[in-house]
Amino acid sequence: MNGFLTLLYKELLRFWKVGFQTLFAPILSTLLYLLIFSHVLEEQARVSPSVTYTVFLIPGLVMMAMLQNAFANSSSSLIQSTVSGNHIFMLLSPLSYQEIFTAYVLASVVRGLIVGLGIYVVAVVFFEPPLYSLAWIIAFALMGTALLGALGIIAGIWAEKFEHLAALQNFAILPLTFLSGVFYTISSLPSFWRGLSYLNPFFYMVDGFRYGFFHSSDVSPYLSLGILMVCFLAVSWWTLRMLKAGYKIRK
Amino acid sequence: MNTAIEVRQVHKHFGALHALNNIDLEISTGEFFALLGPNGAGKTTLINIIAGLTLASSGSVRVMGHDVIAEYREARRMLGVVPQELVFDPFFTVRETLVFQSGYFGIKKNNRWIDEIIHHLDLSDKADTNMRSLSGGMKRRVLVAQALVHKPPVIILDEPTAGVDVELRQSLWRFIKQLNHNGHTIVLTTHYLEEAEALCNRVAMLKNGSIIVLDNVRNLISNIAGYRIRLQLSPDTIPVALQPLTISHDQGYYVLAIEEYFQLENVMAVLRSTQTQVLELQILQPDLEEVFVKIMHGAENLEFVSV
Repeated sequence: MNGFLTLLYKELLRFWKVGFQTLFAPILSTLLYLLIFSHVLEEQARVSPSVTYTVFLIPGLVMMAMLQNAFANSSSSLIQSTVSGNHIFMLLSPLSYQEIFTAYVLASVVRGLIVGLGIYVVAVVFFEPPLYSLAWIIAFALMGTALLGALGIIAGIWAEKFEHLAALQNFAILPLTFLSGVFYTISSLPSFWRGLSYLNPFFYMVDGFRYGFFHSSDVSPYLSLGILMVCFLAVSWWTLRMLKAGYKIRK
Repeated sequence: MNTAIEVRQVHKHFGALHALNNIDLEISTGEFFALLGPNGAGKTTLINIIAGLTLASSGSVRVMGHDVIAEYREARRMLGVVPQELVFDPFFTVRETLVFQSGYFGIKKNNRWIDEIIHHLDLSDKADTNMRSLSGGMKRRVLVAQALVHKPPVIILDEPTAGVDVELRQSLWRFIKQLNHNGHTIVLTTHYLEEAEALCNRVAMLKNGSIIVLDNVRNLISNIAGYRIRLQLSPDTIPVALQPLTISHDQGYYVLAIEEYFQLENVMAVLRSTQTQVLELQILQPDLEEVFVKIMHGAENLEFVSV
């Protein structure tokens, strides 16, 4: 194995070894959301004649769990390393900053996909959601988890304490995912809030991902994917610049 | 002889703090070199800059001829660093830690060498133990092992024996001496000056971010330290004329400092004239610790020293 593959493998093994907490727990808690919301709201709400609320909820919840876990993976791995100081072993090695970036993003993507797949498999068994296009589903799953994995790198390096990271998670990532249309279609919102939703990149992840299931969305999936690509490139550029300059980690 | 480490006009600022001030240093291959200095003198900062863990504000560093910034891959392959802090990854066992570290360097099938260092560092019983469950001394050994997985020609050890018991310290030094004997260049920092004196050919002393002394150990001791004489007297009082030379009086023993042997005659003359009887006399060999204390407490001896 070369250096890059070793780092990737190590990052995968890191969350795999504590899979009960990093994979099983988010799968379970998301399924609980699904169970409770579907029980309470199934009768009251129907998104369209053919789509029940529970089925509507599934892609959004899957995406939300994938995004949160992708972010959690790179950010918690990095902050644990920097707080305990064991990141120096990576920094003492000949790994380039591009290799470090790619390994952390890929590990985040893999964790996000495993969690998403876990939820989806259970949901399929019980609720039989439709599936329109696997290609769109995969495209948005990859794009969303990669973007959050890169954001997690920035957060993990920036944060000096676990509190900093928790604050980011609770006051940025969580509200943005909750307000991205996971639990509702933004067409049901008053126009001001709908306009605001268009500024939330998470909205495009959920909307495009949902398109892959229902063949309908609030905005064109091409536009959503385009916006996410631009966001990913911008965030990656920023992350790579931070890593190259050694921001906080080679001070 | 080739140059293992070359530091040229390195400065490091942390905000207003001038942590390193124009450091110039050349260490040849095969040397056993010590960086000495009080806490906060800049030793670890200098090591971190050599290792690429910290970026210098200005100046350049080369390891085995490779610039640590421009040719970082080559430079890092040439260098093994044992950090001062007991850092470890709590997710993995000793063997996993070493396999990953060797993988970072792109080394395939390194198990034989890994087994060998595990054996040499007495880690065989703990190879499959999680890092979290190891004692401090064991963690220290793993740090040494990690620095060696890629067989670097240059090894830097930042206070490798801090908080380590006597037995481990001795076995660690035996191992490091063996590495030096096999051609590895060794650079270490330590607060145990007797260790530096026993092991190293050359030392650099840092104070407030500058190298104030750079010389081989023997020259330093003979040029700077002077001598100590230890006396037991009857009656147990030191004549007034000798008081300026006295540095301690403990349990009936006076210790006096003299610069050269001929001053011993003056001391004896004063004692004779005051009818003080010498019950016991010992001449103490100077050591690196005295040199260190003398240098750190003033610059008056600097003319002896080639910097």
